[in-house]
Amino acid sequence: MTNSAQARNTKAENALELSDLSVAYRVAGRNRAVLRNLSLNIKQGEAYGLVGESGCGKSTVALTVVRYLPRNGSISGGAISLDGQNVMKLDGEALRRARAESVSMVYQDPGKALNPSIRVGRQLTEIFELGGITGQAATERAIAMLNRVRISDPPSVMQRYPHQLSGGMQQRVAIAMALANDPSMLILDEPTTGLDATVEAEVLDLIAQLRQELSASILFISHNLAVVSNMCDRVGVLYAGMLVEEGPTEIVFNDPRHPYTVALLRCLPRGGQRKDQGRLDTIPGFLPGIGADIKGCAFADRCALADDRCRTELPPLYDLGGRLSRCFYHDKAQSLPRATPSNVPAPAPKPAAAPVLRVAGLNKTYASHGHALRAVKDVSLDLRPGETLGLVGESGSGKTTFARLLLGLVPPDDGGTIELEGKALAPKLENRGDDQVKAMQIVFQNPDSALNRSHSIRHLIGRALKRLAGLRGKALEARLNDLVRSVRLTDRHLAVKPRQLSGGLKQRVAIARAFAGDPRIVVCDEPTSALDVSVQAAILNLLADLQAKEDVSYIFISHDLGVVRYLSDKIAVLYLGRIMEIGPSEQVFSGPHHPYTEALLSAVPKLDQTETARIRLDGEIPSATNPPSGCVFHTRCPRKIGPICEQQEPPLSEAQPGHSIRCHIPYAELARLQKTVVAEPA
Amino acid sequence: MVFLGGQVLPGNVGRAILGPFADQRAVDALNHTLGVDRPLLTQYATWIWNFVRGDMGTSYIFRSPVAPFVIDALGNSMKLAAVAFVLVVPIGILGGVIAALNLNRPLDRIISLGGLSVTVLPEFVTGIILILIFGVWLRWLPISAAWPKNAGFFTQLYYLILPSLPLFLVLFGYIARMARSGMIEALDSDYTRTAVLKGLPWRTVIWRHVLRNALLPTITVIATQTGYLIGGLVVIETLFRYQGIGSLIFTAARGKDFPMLESGILTIGIVYAVATLIADFLYSVLNPRIRLGSDQ
Repeated sequence: MTNSAQARNTKAENALELSDLSVAYRVAGRNRAVLRNLSLNIKQGEAYGLVGESGCGKSTVALTVVRYLPRNGSISGGAISLDGQNVMKLDGEALRRARAESVSMVYQDPGKALNPSIRVGRQLTEIFELGGITGQAATERAIAMLNRVRISDPPSVMQRYPHQLSGGMQQRVAIAMALANDPSMLILDEPTTGLDATVEAEVLDLIAQLRQELSASILFISHNLAVVSNMCDRVGVLYAGMLVEEGPTEIVFNDPRHPYTVALLRCLPRGGQRKDQGRLDTIPGFLPGIGADIKGCAFADRCALADDRCRTELPPLYDLGGRLSRCFYHDKAQSLPRATPSNVPAPAPKPAAAPVLRVAGLNKTYASHGHALRAVKDVSLDLRPGETLGLVGESGSGKTTFARLLLGLVPPDDGGTIELEGKALAPKLENRGDDQVKAMQIVFQNPDSALNRSHSIRHLIGRALKRLAGLRGKALEARLNDLVRSVRLTDRHLAVKPRQLSGGLKQRVAIARAFAGDPRIVVCDEPTSALDVSVQAAILNLLADLQAKEDVSYIFISHDLGVVRYLSDKIAVLYLGRIMEIGPSEQVFSGPHHPYTEALLSAVPKLDQTETARIRLDGEIPSATNPPSGCVFHTRCPRKIGPICEQQEPPLSEAQPGHSIRCHIPYAELARLQKTVVAEPA
Repeated sequence: MVFLGGQVLPGNVGRAILGPFADQRAVDALNHTLGVDRPLLTQYATWIWNFVRGDMGTSYIFRSPVAPFVIDALGNSMKLAAVAFVLVVPIGILGGVIAALNLNRPLDRIISLGGLSVTVLPEFVTGIILILIFGVWLRWLPISAAWPKNAGFFTQLYYLILPSLPLFLVLFGYIARMARSGMIEALDSDYTRTAVLKGLPWRTVIWRHVLRNALLPTITVIATQTGYLIGGLVVIETLFRYQGIGSLIFTAARGKDFPMLESGILTIGIVYAVATLIADFLYSVLNPRIRLGSDQ
C-alpha cells in the first residue's frame, strides 16, 4: 500500500489534469457542447470544489473523468490525465483497472447507488475480491472499512440490504465502497444533497476526517457554496461548461472576481438576513442551453457590467496571481449592480390582529403494523395575518404530516381543533366549505408533479381561478393577467405547457395557482429545495412581495435554515411530532434555544467561516412507533442532565413572552450553557 | 360471471340436447331433471357449492360427471403449456437480454422487430404456416397433436413441439420485450454505474448486479402469460385436434353443455389465479425489499 502511494507521488504532481476538455451530447441529431475547453488541475492530496448552477456541466466533468458518459455523450477534444495516465487512451481492460485501483466516485442519492438486491457486505467484499483478497480476509477488510466510516456494528450492517439502512448510513456505505480500493482520486458528486441537515453534517465531518487519514485527492462537486467552502482548498466556478473563476476557496468566496460568482453569492440569505431587511439579489435570465452558440462571454446576457466587447469577444482566463477570472472587468466585478433592488418595504406583521389560524391539541396517530405511530403529538399554535411560521426539523419529525392535517388531507385524531378566522374547520377536506378550502392552499416542492403536463399554463391558472375564485369570462381574463404579472410571468408563458418551462418558472405557476382564490394561508412545503440558488432567491423574493401585498400568512417548511430564517416571523421546531421550541424567529435563532435547535443550527454549513464548536447528534431519529420515554430527545441530547430526562416528558413552557421551550433545563441555565459555547474560539 | 354468461345466452338446453323435433313435454321434463328451470340464484348457489366439494356437475351431453373430462383435459393442456413454457421463457429472456446489451445495434433491431412481428400475428395464422412448413412441406413433425395410445414421454414431446411453436411465437415477443426494457432500466441505473466504477469485469456486472434486478418485472409478465398459455389454447387445440381444456370448452360451448363449459372456465380461472400467486411469491422471494419489509 505504502509502496504504491510512493510510486504515485513520484509519478505525477497532479492527481488529475484536464486540459482543453470538450464534451458534447448528441441531442436531436446534433452534437451540443456541454464542456468547452475546460482546463483544471488537482494536486495530490488537494480537495478541489466545483460549483455552479444545474446544467452548467459539473456532473459531466465527473463522468468524463471516469469515462462513464451517457450513450449520447462524447469527448470531442482535449485530454484527461489521471495520475499521469492518459485516461482517454486506455482500452477496456486498462480502464477497468484504473477504476478498480485509482479512481472512485460517490454520488447523490445513495439509495439508488447501492444495488437493492445484494447484501451490503457482498457489495463491499467484491471490491476486495478484485484485488485477490477473498473469503474471511475480504470480510475482515470490509468490517474494517465500515468501522472506518464510523458505522457501529459492521457485521450486522453487512447482513442487511441497502433499503434497511437510513440515508446517512447508505451514504457511509457508499463512501466505504469508494475508499475500499484506496484510490488516489475521489470524486464526490453532490454527496450530501437530499440528506437531512444533521446527516449532511455527519457525512461532511466524516469526509473531512477521512481526508486526514487518506492520501486521496478530492474533486468535490456541489451546488451548495457553503458546503464547498467548508470542504475544499480550491474552488472552480463553472458556467456553461467553462471555467469562469478559480482560486483558493476562502479568497474566491470572500473576494470574488467574476460577476457570476458575485451574483451567485448574493443570492444566498446570509448572516441571518430577513425579509424585512430587504430582498435577496437575483440573477436575471437563464443559463445558456447546452450546445448554445456562445460568441463572447457566456455570462454577458445576464451581466449588468457587460458591454459590446463582452458580447463579441471571449474573455481569456486572466491570471490574477494564484487565481483566475474569465472577465474583462475582473477588477470591478464586485461593483456589479443588483438585479433586484434591495429596499423593498415589507410591512411588519400586526401583532394586534386576531389570529387567522389557531391550532389546539392536534394529534395524529397512524396504525403501522399493529403499532401506533404518533406522527403529530399535541401541537398547539396560532398564526396571525401576514405572518410566516417556519417549520423545521429532520425528516420524520412530522412537518409534512402537520401540513396535511391543516389542509384536511388526512383527518387528525379526535379532540384537536383547527380554527380558521375563528371558525372551526372540519377535519376532512370534503366537509369544509368552499371558502375554507380556497382560504388554505399549498405549494409543493416539486412543481413538475404538481402541474398537469397536458394543459397550457393559461388553462392551469384559469382553471384554478374558475374553481377557487368562481370567475368567468372578462373578469377571469382580467384577474388571470393580474395574477400572472404578480408572479412575474409574461403573456409569452401562458400558451406553453409546463415541460417547456424551467423549474423556477414552473414554481411561479404553482404559486399563481395557489394564490388564485385569495388564500389566507399558503402552506409552502420545501418550495425552493429543488431549485438553484439564483432561482431560489427569486422565488423567496416573490413570496415575500406577495405577502406584503396580500397580507397572506405562510406556513413554510424547509430543511434550509437560512431560507427559513429569511422568510419566517415565527419558528416551530419539531421532533418526533412534538413542538420542542416555538417562538419569534430571531429569538429561536439567536438563542438561548432548545438543545435540539442548537444542534440543528450547528449542523448547517456556513459560508462565513467563523465556525463555532460543532454539536453533533449521534444516531438516527428514533422511530415514532416507539418513542423514547421521558423527553423524546434524550437519546441524542448533548445536554442531557440526568434521569429526569429519561423519566419525565418536559412541558412546553414559556421562557419569554411568545417563546416556549420543551426542556428540563431552566432557561437561564440554557443561556449560560450556550453562551459559553459561542464564546469558545473555534 | 361465467355462470351468468351461460344463462343469458339464447338457447334452450333441453331443446339443444333433444333436437328440434322432440316433444315440448319431453324438453320440459329434461330441463326439470337437469335443474335448469329453477331460479337463477338457486342454481348458482348449488353450482358453486358443488364445485367447491369437487362435484362439477353432470355433463348435459355425455350424461356423466364433468370432473373427469375437465381434469383429463387440464392435464393435457398443462403438458402443451409446459412444453411451450420451457421453450419460451429462457429463449425469450435471452433474446431480451441480448437485445438490451446490443441496444440500437442491428441485433437489437432484429430481435425487437422480429419478436413484435410474430407476436402480433394471431396463432391460427402462425399455426397454419408452421403446419405447412414443418408438417406438410418438410414432414419433420406430425401435424396433429394427438399422439398414439400408450405413447412414451418422448413421443408425446415429439407430438407437442409443433403445437407449442405458435404459442412460443406469440409469447416470445412479450417476454423478450419485458426483459429488454428491464435490462435497459437496470443498465442505466446508478447501482450499475457503481458496479462498473468499482472496476468489476463487465461479465460480473451483468451477472451479479444487472440481471436479477432487470428480470424481476419480467417474472410478473410471464405469470400473466401463463394464464394465457392455459386458457387461450382454444384455437391451437382445435387446430391441432388436441384434447385439451381449450377444445373441451369450445365443444361444450357449441353443445350448450353448461356444466362442462362453466367448470372448464372456472378451472382456467383458478389456474390463472394460482399462477399469479406463484409469481407474486417468486417476486417477493427474489426482491428483498418486499421480503424483509422496510425498517423505517
